[in-house]
Amino acid sequence: MAKRKTTRMALTGNEAMAFAMKQINPDVVAAYPITPATQIVELFSKYVADGEVDTEFVPVESEHSAMSACVGASAAGARVMTGTASQGLALMHEILYIASALRLPITMCVVNRTLSAPINIHCDHSDTMGSRDAGWIQIYTENVQEAYASTIVGVRTAEKANLPVMVTTDGFVLSHGMESLDVFDDEDVREFLGQRKPLYNVLDVDNPITVGPLDLQDYFFEHKRGQIEAMFEAKKHIYDAHREFAEFFGVELPVFMEPYRLDDAEYAIVVLGSSAGTGKEVVDDLRDEKGMKVGLLRLRIFRPFPYEELQQVLGKVKYLAVMDRADSLNTMGGPVATEIARALYHFSERPIIHSFVYGLGGRDVPPENFYEVIEKMQWIAAGNTPDRMVTYVGVRE
Amino acid sequence: MAQKAKTLRDLARMKRALAPGHRACAGCPFPVIVKLVMSATDYPLVVANATGCMEVTTTIFPYTAWPVNWIHNAFENAAATISGVEAAYKALKRKGKIPADKEIKFVAFGGDGGTYDIGLQALSGALERGHNFLYILYNNEGYMNTGIQRSSATPKYASTTTSPAGKVIPGKLQWRKEITDIIIAHNPAYAAQASPAFWSDLIRKVQKALEADGPSFINVISPCQPGWNYPPDLSIDLTKLAVETKYWPLYEYKNGGWKVNYKPRKPLPVIEFLKPQRRYKHILNRPELIEEIQQEVEKRWERLLKLEEAFPLKE
Amino acid sequence: MPAPKERKWDELKGWKELAEISPGAIVPGVPTSPEYLTGDWRVERPIWDEDKCTHCLLCWVFCPEDAIMLNISEDGKVVKMIGIDYDYCKGCGICVRACPPKIHALEMAPEEV
Repeated sequence: MAKRKTTRMALTGNEAMAFAMKQINPDVVAAYPITPATQIVELFSKYVADGEVDTEFVPVESEHSAMSACVGASAAGARVMTGTASQGLALMHEILYIASALRLPITMCVVNRTLSAPINIHCDHSDTMGSRDAGWIQIYTENVQEAYASTIVGVRTAEKANLPVMVTTDGFVLSHGMESLDVFDDEDVREFLGQRKPLYNVLDVDNPITVGPLDLQDYFFEHKRGQIEAMFEAKKHIYDAHREFAEFFGVELPVFMEPYRLDDAEYAIVVLGSSAGTGKEVVDDLRDEKGMKVGLLRLRIFRPFPYEELQQVLGKVKYLAVMDRADSLNTMGGPVATEIARALYHFSERPIIHSFVYGLGGRDVPPENFYEVIEKMQWIAAGNTPDRMVTYVGVRE
Repeated sequence: MAQKAKTLRDLARMKRALAPGHRACAGCPFPVIVKLVMSATDYPLVVANATGCMEVTTTIFPYTAWPVNWIHNAFENAAATISGVEAAYKALKRKGKIPADKEIKFVAFGGDGGTYDIGLQALSGALERGHNFLYILYNNEGYMNTGIQRSSATPKYASTTTSPAGKVIPGKLQWRKEITDIIIAHNPAYAAQASPAFWSDLIRKVQKALEADGPSFINVISPCQPGWNYPPDLSIDLTKLAVETKYWPLYEYKNGGWKVNYKPRKPLPVIEFLKPQRRYKHILNRPELIEEIQQEVEKRWERLLKLEEAFPLKE
Repeated sequence: MPAPKERKWDELKGWKELAEISPGAIVPGVPTSPEYLTGDWRVERPIWDEDKCTHCLLCWVFCPEDAIMLNISEDGKVVKMIGIDYDYCKGCGICVRACPPKIHALEMAPEEV
């Protein structure tokens, strides 16, 4: 695997995603600005205005229309991208389900921001977690380099699986945080992605089809079953897309997850997105300074949910802390915790699990949060039973 | 250049009707509208359809009546969906993935619910952005697909299931808003109002709309047999009476100018249009309410004539 | 339009076959609705008197079901009505009202049970 030429740049997460979109040169981008994803739309508009892409840019009047236009364009065989955050993603909600059920490989850059009310523009994962059952593949990234690469591999994944893909960054933390990263050449990105091969095409006027018919009791379940199977099959497509990416560019990306010092770990933390960096430092400290057997698992792909892979790395852990940057308001904590508990319950060998909710509305996530989480797990290990299934970290009582 | 139908023979030769076997109510006239729109020219078409009666009754899986490429996305987004299809067409043509000489036309169909109300924003956006598409509003003056509820297209005093004629309130209390005026405020490439009974006028308008460079819109009256509650054989007659009573003026807008296409020499009183419809039966013995409707018809007609006089349509 | 010879959708299909031929729930090979007959909706039927008919096509243009059968000559110059397709006609009666009163080539009659 020969390494392709790279260039070192200093970019924010938004700049890096917009830059990836420029290199991808999609056929259609339909988007609406929203904090903190606005720059992606602005920067891409400038690429269009400067003739650096020959994309048809559709500056729609709402996110609902953004996703609606993406559906139309993707059904017309085009390679389609968009970007949004928070309320924008919520406004798209209805059409997210339609995009996936119509098997349209739209790639969307989502900058994670909490949902109102109260209105707040900062990071948590309640927006994309709210879309978790919409049939989209979800990729959560830890840093700007990964956000850039994931945008490219996201398009490949979408078009292999014929399912839409969200690639997310943590709002402001990554979207507005500048990092140095290595970018590929435009030509290499375009060569890697090649041409989309659509399942069907409404612009093929010589072979007319009906897209989006009414499906009643006699056919809906069979069509839905087919879509569900596509999500099962997506796991293979995700692996293949990442392997092809690695072979082409000579750069490895973690696929479903990134285990960190999990070998022989008795305690483990699961976390998504940028907070993993802080968590890894705490793990280093606890292992190297205090001799604790602690590890961390950064979950990168939340949909489809990698339950087998999770069991392989977490099955032997005794105490598992699942940190969610979103709450399901179900009195059991965060969605990741709920799903991991379900996943591991399937296997006989499984840890004791506790849910932690942290960092809502952009609350800073200092190392203390992670120390507190481990202390709570030690308290549970000492034979204590928490009153509730969830503990809130970093909030004033 | 596309072929343009002029006669009924020409239309028949196009062979582009909705196929039989669709599940629209007996006598529902929207299949006639679709036939006239699709057969007016032989351009290859891609159709987007808002959720509603038309979408539901013509595409019950696996039986679709559409002979051309057709896409349904949701209720409120037919205009945004066709925007996306049209944007893809432009991009793929520019990139050489569609032959330069391949000309495709884009048509969206929506009912009054999907146009006046829930889909107004998406339509406004698509018009403002200037996509090249024709939006056909098949206007049955209510949310008929969900069981005859009021819409902002429902006329005053019509009884619907959410504006029922009661002991105190005589049906809907508001006038219909003028969607064609709202569309014209966007200064589209072409806008018109039409009626299936006047099929020749309708296909001419479709041809003009498809040739126009930019977004175009035609508001077509489409009576709803169960919603307006009349014998099903009267569907086309009602679209004629609507025009002859000046209730539904046939007009068009282009280049900042108006043209009223048909001025009945002896207009019929509006009661002739209202009478066969049982949605009005509670006011048929209340002449003061009928007179109120008549006055509103006159007011809107006069306004249209003044617009035509002040800003005559220039081709 | 005569009833279709080929009936592709009589048997309910399983999800695996649909995933192949109907990805994303599309309908291929359109239009397919002629496989669904609507003639049994009728309570009255239009009767056509061929001798009176002038083939003006007004009934054809206003028929919502495309149930007025036409014969189009090869050069396209002659378009003649040849009958009513009772497989699809829902008996709405629009064709009878569309037929010019002086011609009167169409008439409603009770549907035979």
